[in-house]
Amino acid sequence: MSDLNVMTPEESAATKAAVMNQVPGPEVEGQSPLHHADLESLAQQGPKSGGVHLRELKLLGHLTLRCNAENAEQLAAVERVLGVALPLQPLTSAENGAYSIRWMSPDEWLILVPGLETFDIETRFRDEMPGHYSLVNSSGGSTVLELSGENALEVLMKSTPVDLHPKVFPVGKVVSTVFAKSGAIIRRSGEQRYELIIRRSFADYIWLWLQDASREYGLVVEA
Amino acid sequence: MFHIYCPHCAEYREEEEFHAKGQAHIARPLDPEACSDKEWGEYLFFRKNPRGLHHELWVHAAGCRKFFNMTRDTQTYEIKEVYKIGEQPSVVAE
Repeated sequence: MSDLNVMTPEESAATKAAVMNQVPGPEVEGQSPLHHADLESLAQQGPKSGGVHLRELKLLGHLTLRCNAENAEQLAAVERVLGVALPLQPLTSAENGAYSIRWMSPDEWLILVPGLETFDIETRFRDEMPGHYSLVNSSGGSTVLELSGENALEVLMKSTPVDLHPKVFPVGKVVSTVFAKSGAIIRRSGEQRYELIIRRSFADYIWLWLQDASREYGLVVEA
Repeated sequence: MFHIYCPHCAEYREEEEFHAKGQAHIARPLDPEACSDKEWGEYLFFRKNPRGLHHELWVHAAGCRKFFNMTRDTQTYEIKEVYKIGEQPSVVAE
């Protein structure tokens, strides 16, 4: 890969075109793609014990970063902004507190940050990143579901052809794959905890699918 | 079902995640204006359909969304090798 558009840091810092704060502030109530499911009420009224726990990590900032993994200056800039280096090994992820980075492809990463910090972080990327890169705020297009509990793995195994055996799917591994006839980015975030990043338009379908798939183990909704 | 090794993700995945994109290594004529209708038509429309080794283009559509090449036996369905775009196959028909 070559840097087609070689800009000095000053030039790229000046490129603020098309940067706008897409996330409403705390004074504006945001609605997640599963707003209609009212998970808060279900969490209060529903069962308190079961094999699968489901929680929506809603209204996070999703930033899609595309840059050159061989460009040391860009890698350093990402580390300055997020405090953690881009994971360069395929199918791995990196975390620094509330920031997490997922490897999506050899030149693409998905960065999750707290929703209200998204614009600040995007602005700092524009200031820090040299050279040819792309950073897109795709927060509105997807949401994150967290499945945990002793049967979370079984629910996932019903839904995707990916081999999720702990031997080949260690904590921190990320795969983008087909999931329940839709698609999902699956990350193992703990021993018995998995994060699914799903498309907004499929959120309701996946929610229905997960309720059905976890019925035999008992589904506990958390808010 | 194929069990396909993605050279970018560096692991085997199910065929369900991939799409086949037809014959690989089709070079676009450097000067299309200078092509005869026959040459241009063959470039656009005519594809090999061998019985045996075939070099194909595949994309890891549900995964990393990168393209790569595959050498496959159309008779036995055996995948001989996968290799990245820009590389040349090491397994070729005699």
